[in-house]
Amino acid sequence: MKTLSKIFTALMFLFLYAPLLVMVFFSFNESKSTSVFTGFSLKWYSELLNSSDTITALKNTLILAVLSAVIATLLGTLAAVGIYNMRSKVWSSSIMSVTNIPMMNPDIVTGVSLMLLFVFVGRLIGAITSLNFFTLLIAHITFNLPYVILNVLPKLNQTDPHLAEAAQDLGCTPIKSFFKVVLPAIYSGILSGFLMAFTLSLDDFVISYYTTGADFQTLPLKIFSMTKKVVKPDMYALSSVIFITVLVLLLIINIGQIRTRKSN
Amino acid sequence: MKPSLLNRIINAPYILWSAIFIVIPLFIVVYYAFTDANGALTLHNIFELKEYKHTFLISIWYSVIATVITLIISYPFAYIMSRKSVNKQQMMMMLVMLPMWMNLLIRTYSWMNILEKTGIINTLLGYMGLSPLKLIGTPGAVILGMVYNYVPYMILPIYSVMSKIEPSLLEAAEDLGSNGFMKLKKVIFPLSLPGVVSGITMVFVPSVSTFYISQKLGGGKIMLIGDAIERQIQTSYNYNLGASLSLILMILILISMAIMNRFTSSEDGGIIV
Repeated sequence: MKTLSKIFTALMFLFLYAPLLVMVFFSFNESKSTSVFTGFSLKWYSELLNSSDTITALKNTLILAVLSAVIATLLGTLAAVGIYNMRSKVWSSSIMSVTNIPMMNPDIVTGVSLMLLFVFVGRLIGAITSLNFFTLLIAHITFNLPYVILNVLPKLNQTDPHLAEAAQDLGCTPIKSFFKVVLPAIYSGILSGFLMAFTLSLDDFVISYYTTGADFQTLPLKIFSMTKKVVKPDMYALSSVIFITVLVLLLIINIGQIRTRKSN
Repeated sequence: MKPSLLNRIINAPYILWSAIFIVIPLFIVVYYAFTDANGALTLHNIFELKEYKHTFLISIWYSVIATVITLIISYPFAYIMSRKSVNKQQMMMMLVMLPMWMNLLIRTYSWMNILEKTGIINTLLGYMGLSPLKLIGTPGAVILGMVYNYVPYMILPIYSVMSKIEPSLLEAAEDLGSNGFMKLKKVIFPLSLPGVVSGITMVFVPSVSTFYISQKLGGGKIMLIGDAIERQIQTSYNYNLGASLSLILMILILISMAIMNRFTSSEDGGIIV
């Protein structure tokens, strides 16, 4: 039984990592092919550094992810505080149902519905093109918001409501008591909400595909347009760089956590 | 300032935002589905849907198969994971999540390199003197793509409920005379059900609505609902038909969620990421 479970675990990890290994391996290919290996070379990595298109797409992706995550975190935290303080159960539960819609709906439906809204409004005001950077930003904020709210709300539920009241009894205004007492208590929820929003935005393809204009291309969109034709290993080189970066970051975080657990 | 007034000010931005960008878009989808290009009311788009009966059926069928396979491989894996030491659990969890950090497009494209006519599997077969297999363009390749891309969404929720099962509970079952199978049936499975249910929804929903996986691994021969929507919106610019297809997809998801919700009464399966 023990060996059987070991073999099964190994096979699962092989399955999970097979395409990633293929990707890293062929990023070092000398020829243009991504299936026949002809020799080792680093030329796709150097080509990557010289491709201004890719660098622009990377920059766009980061700008969009930071902006949408920051706005979604601010708006979402405010919303969570508002929902938490709501007296009427009917209101708060209907707002939560609406909040769940973007998470329940398939991405393609969220993307198409937002696109149709933008096109509809664009037609009303007689704009030539209705999709641009701002529609993309709105779409990203919209799909990030539920994740921020659902990270912050449980933290609010865990805090003692009497703390804020005590602060107010001691002379704080409601706003001041929020910043002095509530905010530190829910800080970890806000941070994980922000991180989740940031990564979701970095990785999103489907919703961006429907809501962006021609003048703003993110990395996933660029990858999509590149995979319409035959892909050269430069895309693999880029993905390998991202993969190694994430791997190293996660390893550092994990080993750090394991060390602190050991020292305790 | 009165607290209730303050709260109204706090709530206003989000209520406004979600009304404009979540609720109204859904009504706009309905509006487009029931009008023509000039905005006149019509049922044409709805009648047109019967052309897509086959597309809907194979989308549902492939996603059901993919979800079942995902469940079969994820369940024992999550169990094995939950019985490891805390440090090992954390490492394994990280390794399961890591591939999700890579863009789905790249992962799928990489599978195409493995499966295609001159791909890695067929090259290896060639070395062994075997004739190449046709892998791309088969339903199997599309289902494989779905299983591969969404398997972490099944493992993580099941693992997170399983890791909360007290070992003492299993010991108690043993003391009361349960064998391995009875333990699984009477203790582990009922307790892990919320995780299974949220795993099934988290795999089924993206599978049934995908268009990239079927485009790349289906070799252009397999059209799913997502492909139909994509084609109408991005190629034919027929927003009205695209909207009616999206509407049906949305209804399909709502029905499948209602079915899944019957299996769990509580909310603790929830969203686990």
